[in-house]
Amino acid sequence: MSTNPHLTWNVVHDLSEVLEYHFMVNALEAGSVVAVMAGVLGWLMVLRRETFAGHTLSMMAFPGASGAALIGVGAAWGYFVFCVAGALAIGRSASGGRRSRSEQPAGTGAVQAGALGLGFLFVSLYGGVLGDLENLLFGTFLGISDGQVLVLAGVAAASLVVLAALARPLLFASVDADVASARGVPVRALGVVFLVLLGLAVAATSQVTGVLLVFALLVMPAASAQALTARVGLSLALTVAIGLAVVWLGLGIAYFSTYPAGFFVTSIAFAVYVIVRVGVWVKGASRRDQRLSGQPPAGGVIA
Amino acid sequence: MFSQEFMRNALLAGTFVALACGVVGWFVVLRGQVFAGDALSHVAFPGALAAAAAGIDERAGLFAATVAVGAGIGALGRGADGVAGRAGAVPAEDTAIGIVFTFILGLGVFFLALFSTSSAGGSGIQVAHTLFGSIFGLGAVQARLAAVIAVLATGLMLVIARPLLFASIVPDVAAARGVPVRLLSIGFVALLGVVAAEAAQTVGALLLLGLVSAPAAAAHRLTSSPLVGIALAALLAVAAIWGGLALAYAVPSLPPGTAIVGIAVATYCVSTILA
Amino acid sequence: MPAVELSGAAVRLGGRTIWSGVDVAVGDGEFVAVLGGNGSGKSTLLKAVLGVLPLAAGGLSVLGRPAGRENARIGYLPQRRSFDSGTRLRGSDVVRLGLDGDRWGLPLPLPGRFASSRRQASARVREVIELAGAGEYADRPIGELSGGEQQRLLIAQALVRRPQLLLLDEPLDSLDLPNQAVVAALVGDICREEGVAVVLVAHDVNPLLPYLDRVVYLAGGHAVAGPVEQVITGETLTRLYGLPVEVLKASDGRLVVVGQPEAPAHHHDRHEHVH
Repeated sequence: MSTNPHLTWNVVHDLSEVLEYHFMVNALEAGSVVAVMAGVLGWLMVLRRETFAGHTLSMMAFPGASGAALIGVGAAWGYFVFCVAGALAIGRSASGGRRSRSEQPAGTGAVQAGALGLGFLFVSLYGGVLGDLENLLFGTFLGISDGQVLVLAGVAAASLVVLAALARPLLFASVDADVASARGVPVRALGVVFLVLLGLAVAATSQVTGVLLVFALLVMPAASAQALTARVGLSLALTVAIGLAVVWLGLGIAYFSTYPAGFFVTSIAFAVYVIVRVGVWVKGASRRDQRLSGQPPAGGVIA
Repeated sequence: MFSQEFMRNALLAGTFVALACGVVGWFVVLRGQVFAGDALSHVAFPGALAAAAAGIDERAGLFAATVAVGAGIGALGRGADGVAGRAGAVPAEDTAIGIVFTFILGLGVFFLALFSTSSAGGSGIQVAHTLFGSIFGLGAVQARLAAVIAVLATGLMLVIARPLLFASIVPDVAAARGVPVRLLSIGFVALLGVVAAEAAQTVGALLLLGLVSAPAAAAHRLTSSPLVGIALAALLAVAAIWGGLALAYAVPSLPPGTAIVGIAVATYCVSTILA
Repeated sequence: MPAVELSGAAVRLGGRTIWSGVDVAVGDGEFVAVLGGNGSGKSTLLKAVLGVLPLAAGGLSVLGRPAGRENARIGYLPQRRSFDSGTRLRGSDVVRLGLDGDRWGLPLPLPGRFASSRRQASARVREVIELAGAGEYADRPIGELSGGEQQRLLIAQALVRRPQLLLLDEPLDSLDLPNQAVVAALVGDICREEGVAVVLVAHDVNPLLPYLDRVVYLAGGHAVAGPVEQVITGETLTRLYGLPVEVLKASDGRLVVVGQPEAPAHHHDRHEHVH
């Protein structure tokens, strides 16, 4: 950092110091937008048990960025193009008719491997500037421009509007595909649309956390929230809240340190997840004890 | 081409690693555990980095990370109440796996930063080697070691193949007949970890998924017989290595990892058309 | 020597005693049905016989030895899960697994001395598939078959080693009425012709009436065993449940139990008894 900042533990002072810098404001804005978008789409992804597809999409950003560097375009374009292309490829590999448990992941794995291979090709053709590689993979918040923030906000807004429109049929198809299909819901088409939206969210998130750590904002807040409550509205709200908190804390701490933002965002999100899981488990254990101590005598129960 | 030593080393290591990937991969696809394979490939990188940062041989870290996480994933997974065969069900532990390995990747980031501050300039190359593999940079001893480990892993895999198949298809019946279903599950994913660590050194951590899943997936589409399928998966993987290495030799700007995985994925695509 | 003998047996699961004081003997070649409402512990009885679940009290001998020792001579059909639609393994391969799936190592296509034992194995697999009436579709991928067809192949798998005892956990559960009748007849034939003792868990006794020797009825944590006309009566069931229960006999001989209470739903965490 330029002026060797350090945490003073005076929150107001630290916050105002952080906000002095325009790049930090941009980073926080971008981070907030991304937290919301990734949170909502990640929530659906966890519900649909499509975490592997989500991870594969996050890997698409690698050929996206290196391809963009190769043709001399901004990395963000490459991200968006490749993530959407990847989403379509995964969607295509799934809709062979047989949505079987062993078939689907294999197809997704092939898409991921192919995309990564392309990424390497681009990097090698580009001349492989490995310093950039680090930023690409692990994120940097130093270079987020005003334009980028606007684009991110626009993409997020558009995605959320589409999602709001599709919310009910998509939820139906995600929870009970067979019944929904019988009722006329276009389950497969919705699946592809969802993957495309997920791809957009991944592309957006990669710009803040870096390619490898997109999952931190995509999965962890959603998994934590879903472990806490089964009520849809509440767990969605929790997801977004956790995501925002994680991003602000993570970026804030990273400002004062030399380590990449992605690491802090990931660690905080993981810590939240662990705390939630442990808490739920402890609560479940105490409830089990309560139940057992009130048991009728041995010999079974007669209704 | 064969007169060059680096090429011979690459072929030696690559052939046997591909053999192992094909055989193990057939079961990975059968059991729907491709995601686990993916997760392992992504912890190989931080494992290697952590070892390098601590000053130990990178490979020790690689193996330790993949085997430990592999055993953990296997332990998280199904017991005799097995999930094998349940229509459309994805085990909920996929989410847990995703979360754990992302955290480990985050640690990898940390180690990378640690590493780059302690040995400026070298870190980029380290990253490249672990992520992309360095099959053309293998020394003779390294290549032989890689081949031996791969052969041992393949042998072990073949020994457990039949009870593992039994446990994967009908876990309750297998358990009733004395097959150690849970132990096999854990051992299998740990073995996958070993193979992943091996493959990471040849095609690189990010690409090994292609070598493990694509030829096996193609084999599954082309035949339903287990014996033929396993053999075919191994064959296709080896073909991908040979083809890829030959291509990469002929076209210097083509990275070997890309060529190898490209052929493997192309094989899978062809199989989707054929079957 | 009775195939199964329980004396004063009790079993605990998740801190609850499921049943106690159970005295049941299944003779050689007998066809016994285990009946009772949901949660009465019918599957638990089978698991105890398999040695998968230990007894909390009392004695149990299976084929003359403690439970779990003679499982190679037991054919087991677990509670049904359908195969994932993408499972490509052929029905005949699934049945083959029942023969030697628990043996380590691979069955190598070796010539000479081994060829005849291989041929014998294949012949036995064919034979038992014909016996189960699944000959027409045994070579198709099992994931493509209907529920009833998969069921028959699984019965063949349970029979392939000529067991002395056959344990079937709710085999009729998800079949339609015609298929229920057919499978019941199949099991009845096998019991008679092969001299296999059969313990079959069911919800509804009616499809089995023509083939049954005796019945074990589980309710309220206790069991009553005996011929159908003695056990499935209003008197016996009322005593067992402690509540008024009526048994009505339809004109075609079918029995209907009225007033049978459902056991209160206990939420078992499925993971509690996986170890």
